[in-house]
Amino acid sequence: MKVVIMGCGRVGAQLAAWLDSDGDQVTVLDINTYSFRRLPPDFNGTALVGNGLDEEVLKKAGIEQADAFVAVTQGDNRNVMACQIAQHIFNVPRVICRIYDPLRRDLYSTLGIEAISPTTIFAQILKEKLKS
Amino acid sequence: MYIIVVGGGRVGYYLTKALLDEGHEILIIEKEAPICENIVAEMGSICVRGDGCETATLTEVGTGRADMLVAVTGDDEDNLVACQIAKHKFNVPRTIARVRNPKNEAIFKKLGIDVTVSSTNIILEHIEEEVPTHTLTHLFTIRDKGLEIVEVKIPPESTTIGKPVKELSLPAESKLSLLLRKEGKPVVPTANTILQAEDQIIAVTTPESEEALRTALRGG
Repeated sequence: MKVVIMGCGRVGAQLAAWLDSDGDQVTVLDINTYSFRRLPPDFNGTALVGNGLDEEVLKKAGIEQADAFVAVTQGDNRNVMACQIAQHIFNVPRVICRIYDPLRRDLYSTLGIEAISPTTIFAQILKEKLKS
Repeated sequence: MYIIVVGGGRVGYYLTKALLDEGHEILIIEKEAPICENIVAEMGSICVRGDGCETATLTEVGTGRADMLVAVTGDDEDNLVACQIAKHKFNVPRTIARVRNPKNEAIFKKLGIDVTVSSTNIILEHIEEEVPTHTLTHLFTIRDKGLEIVEVKIPPESTTIGKPVKELSLPAESKLSLLLRKEGKPVVPTANTILQAEDQIIAVTTPESEEALRTALRGG
């Protein structure tokens, strides 16, 4: 599987490392080279500096051949915009978006974006732990 | 009309002033407290502090009854999301987004934003007009039809001077609409109109044929 990941923070880097060791073809995008320190030394994928909201950068990252696109930057709106570009302009088959704001997540889910809110999920885990 | 403006920076501020003068009901949503306080001190309680991309804020300001939402923050992605939430969650009939990166205009259109305004493009066009050697100026874009109205100046060194319009290899998608000369009234150019130095020609064209039109009018 060919995957483009936007945002090389803790989550992005971890996901990239896992997919890479599974043998998937991974490209990670970040606007800051310093973020790539989080990638493991044996990472075989591509680390690309650039803004994932820029079509040219996405093309360079190989989005036209990608099977999946994941947006995990710190900005909800940035993730949303990048995912919509991936979905509606490049027709990437699988697009997954992180949206911290639960209400915004709900809205974009109804608009056809596969979105995950870590806020809701983590709060739920905490609640379950407390109640068990 | 009830208009919501997202972003109280310079664009939001002057836009609000202009819209208030026209007698509209305006509300600004601004994240930064000091900016909000300044606006309230000057224009009255028309500014709510909050995030224009958050449903809670938009509910609080009564977005459901808004006729229009204009997003003019400095970040394209924020403007996009504010407009999309207004449109899809609150059914605001008209959404306008400011776009800083001209590349995003087409993307925003595809993603359902009614109108985009690219500040960068507007500034570029105005500067282009002031550059004397620049022979083609954009006057107006007819967005729905994918056409634009441009002005082409015929500089004195053009090889087309003295030739009739029918001898020019004009692209099929372009149409000469008006000819302005220093002397005389504006005329509609015909096949037999002879080009003169310093002529100004107003033409309708597709953006793709723009370069071909310029070359045809000025000569190779």
